Formats: sequence, C-alpha cells, structure tokens
Amino acid sequence: MIDAQQAALVGLILLPLASGAAAFLLGPGRGAGLCIASQAAALFFALQLADSVLAGDIARHRIGGWGAPLGIDLTADGLAAAMLLLTQAVALPLALYARAYFRPDSAEVRYFWPLFGLLLAGLNALFVSTDLFNLYVTLELVGLAAVGLVGIGGGALQIAAALRYLFATLLGSGAYLLGVALIYGAYGSVAVASLTPLVAAEAPTLVGLAAGLMLLGLLLKTALFPCHYWLPPAHGGAAAPVSALLSALVVKASFYLILRLWLGPLAPLTASHPLLPWLPALLGAGAILWGSWQAIRAPRLKTMIAYSTVAQLGYLFLIFPLLGTPGGRAAGILHAVAHGLAKAAMFTAAGVLIKATGQDRIAALAGAAQQLPLTLFAFGLAGVTLMGLPPSAGFLAKWQLLDAALGQGYWGIVLITLSGGLLAAVYVFRVLRQAFLLTSSKTTVAPVPRTLEWTAFGLAGASLLLGLRGVELVELLAVWGWE
Amino acid sequence: MSTGLLFALVGAALFPLGAAGLLLQRHLLRRILAFNLMGSGAFLVLVGLAQRQDVPDPVPQAMVLTGIVVAVAATALALALTRRLHALTGRLELPEAAHD
Repeated sequence: MIDAQQAALVGLILLPLASGAAAFLLGPGRGAGLCIASQAAALFFALQLADSVLAGDIARHRIGGWGAPLGIDLTADGLAAAMLLLTQAVALPLALYARAYFRPDSAEVRYFWPLFGLLLAGLNALFVSTDLFNLYVTLELVGLAAVGLVGIGGGALQIAAALRYLFATLLGSGAYLLGVALIYGAYGSVAVASLTPLVAAEAPTLVGLAAGLMLLGLLLKTALFPCHYWLPPAHGGAAAPVSALLSALVVKASFYLILRLWLGPLAPLTASHPLLPWLPALLGAGAILWGSWQAIRAPRLKTMIAYSTVAQLGYLFLIFPLLGTPGGRAAGILHAVAHGLAKAAMFTAAGVLIKATGQDRIAALAGAAQQLPLTLFAFGLAGVTLMGLPPSAGFLAKWQLLDAALGQGYWGIVLITLSGGLLAAVYVFRVLRQAFLLTSSKTTVAPVPRTLEWTAFGLAGASLLLGLRGVELVELLAVWGWE
Repeated sequence: MSTGLLFALVGAALFPLGAAGLLLQRHLLRRILAFNLMGSGAFLVLVGLAQRQDVPDPVPQAMVLTGIVVAVAATALALALTRRLHALTGRLELPEAAHD
C-alpha cells in the first residue's frame, strides 16, 4: 500500500500525463479545463509534499514494487520538492493564461494542451527520478514536448526555431546517453543509490570521460553561454505562454540535473581538481555579460526577454565554486525559483503587450503604460526581481551569493553579480521608459482579456513576495536525499 | 578481442561521426540521419560494453529498446517539422539565424 506522501509523488507525474492524454483524445484545442483542474491538484500535491519534506520526511517510492538497482526509485528530497513546487506554481497561472490567450479557433491551440500535459509530466518525473537512464528518458520527454510547443504556431520562423532547438536538445541528450552507457559499462548499474559509493571507491578514466559527456550535454540543454545559440529564436519566437514555460521551467530542469550529478554521484570527480568548478563559473560570467549586452541591444521585446534568460542562467553557474558552502547552494536554487517566477511574469506581460499593440518592437511601445497600467506594473515587478532589489526573491538569492563569495574572498564573483544587476536594470528600464513615454498620438490598443493581465501580475507578485518566505525555502533545501 | 568490446568500439566511432554530422551538415535529412547514427553509436556502446565474457546482459538491452522508441519519436518529430518547413519555404535547410 502507498501512503499519502507517495500518492502525492506519483500523482504529480500521473495527473499531467493523464490530463494531457485526455486532452489529445478530446480533440484539437480542447481539454483546457481538464488541464487547469489537474494542475490545481498537482499544486496541492506539491505543497503537501514540500510540507512533509520540510518536516524531515523524504518521500520515496519504488515503481511497481521493484526497488533499485533493477527497478526505478522515485525520491523527493528538499531540492526536488522545491523544484516541484516551483513547476506547479508557475504552470497553474500559465494554464489559466493560455486558456485566455489562445483564440479557440487558432492553429496555435490545436496541440497546446496535450503537449502542456506531457511537458509537465516529464518535468515532474525528472525532478524525482534517481536512476540515470530514467533521467535520460525524462530529459527526452521534456525536450520533445518543448520542441513541439515551440512549433505549434506553425509559421516558418517558429518551425525553423523548433528544428534548431530539436537538434541542440538531441545532441545534448545524445551526449548524456553515451555518458550513461559508459557508466553502465564501468559499474553495471545506473541507479544513483548504488553508483554513489562505487564512484567514490574507484573511478577509472572511462568514468571521467562519461562525466564530461553527461555534463557537456546538459550544459548544451541548459543553453549556457556559448551554447545558447538555439535559445533566443526558440524562446523569443514561440507563443507567449510557451515562452514562459520554456524560460521559467524547461532550462531549469537540465540545470537541476547538472547540480544533482555534480553534488551527487559525480562528486568524487568534480571535487578532484580545485579549478574544475571555475569552468562553469567562467562560462556563467560570460553568459551574464554577453546575454545582458544582447538584451540591451535587442529591438524586439521577446528577443530581449529571451537574452535576459541567457544572462540570468549565468548566475546559476556562478555558484559552482561556492557549492561547498550551504549559502552557495541555497543561492543557486533561490535564484532558479526567483527567475522562474519573474521570467514567467515577464513573458506573460510581454504577451499582453504584443496582443494589445499587435507588434513586438520595443520602440513602438510608447504610451502603452497609460492603456495597460497593470501589465506594465507586473513587468516592472518582475524586473525588480531580475535586478535583485529588495524585498524580492532575486535580492535574497543575490544576497546569499554575495555573502558566500565574500566569505571565500572570491571578488570576481562579487563584481560579476553586481554588474549583472546593473545591466539588468538597463534592459528593464529601456522597456519601461519607452512604455511610460507620453504620446500625443493615441496608441491604438486592442482590448485584452483581464485574466491575462491578472495572471502576469500574480506571477510577478509571487516572485516579489517569495523573498519574504525565503527562510522556509532555504530550510527545505537543507533536506538532502541523494545519498 | 571480445565481440562486446568490438561493438563498443564501433559505437564509439559512430557517435562522433553522427555528432559531427548533426552539427556540420546543412541538409535537414542528412542531419536527421546523422542523429540516428549518433544514437546507434550510443546504443552499441551501451550493449557492447556491458557484455562480460560474451554473455549478454539483459538490462542494457531493455534500455536500448527504450532508447530506440525515443529515437523513433524524435525522428518522427524532426521529419514532421522538416516537411512543414519544406511546405512553407520550399527549402530543406534551416534559414540563417535572424540577427534582429
């Protein structure tokens, strides 16, 4: 028999999968209500799970009663529970947003709901899998669903972006799979629980190669500079709810896996050389500077937000030299959560602006603030989180990062973090300044459903208010279940 | 040399060939074929390296079966997108990335 905690664990995977499949059977464009209801239930499950994990009770489930190493174990510790909570907390408002965003007869909505369900099932399964091969399958599920979502608009640019994204994601997961194959060849197991002591005992060169392949593949999937080439067209060209899902959640999934492997089974290898953690940190610093610069230069609103994602992903890798300190680890996850909420808010707000003004050039946004004050307010609040101003969760993350970096005397990280915040201010204010210009000629603004404006505002508010609940999140992260 | 090791070495040679094709080829069908070559390389390593004294290990065979399903799904998706792109633009290459 399974208890309530295990039911929540399994429910988080099965609910989106079942609702996505049902939406497919119902036919093109249908199943929105079903998916929203299932996401609401998933959010409840994630809260329940986080609550029980916070009490120190790590959730474990053996699929079909077969335990590792032959079967697949699902485990939700603090880190997994935090990511599950973020995923459901972003997905539910986005589902509400998407229902109002797509016209019922448009081509875009035809396959949105089945792919939405499949994507969330893949993400939730990824966060709780503790088997390297099962992680590969979930990575591919997430990747294929995300590529499908990029292409749902069906325009030539979107299809090209989807194909470019597909090739990048397949190359990334191919490298990961080869790494898994080498690890199985070396140890005869892919279950994390049995691998961790084996790698710690003895790691031949082959395993070092496997670790390198797996991490490189995942870096490509996370779009870390300079492997980010596929991200701006995919995230900037997709429909607004899709962009929000991809930027807020999908890139975080492969980052989560990198962090897991780095601290988990591959820890003996990653700790073997003191300079190794500086490689991701260096690329992260490059991402912050290059991504911000491109965001400042981007003429289109969604391209700007997509490059901002490239920049913000850099912070996630800046923490690697600090992973030995508890503050560094918390800073990374806090930033992932804060950015997830803020970036979803920013893309949804951008979606409202594009729908209302009929185009997405930043230069043409003049006067939009008078017509859509709530949306611009949401955009500004999300910007506050990206810049890292108090009391937002972004501030808390940067504070933790600076604190940990100063404690170790890593001045380079301090400098990059501070300049990244300033650069974010430049690209956020560029949009706000344009939108708040008073124009004599009245900008024509089409009416937009109120739901769109309010969900954007809700997401932005959550990214700001999360800063006040940061202590619980840090406590949750301290519960570590990958032995 | 055991057959298993031979399989693994062939796989290790196919993988970079496929990866290079995926990155360097321009024609979309060639890139899709290259992806399949790369996947086959990984599968061969998975099955070959796990053979001890020429006794096949059933676990990686099951994994490869799963991997093949994933690869077929990915290939189908890539082909569908390619067909759509061809119908829209008449070309079988990705357009240059738009710099705007």
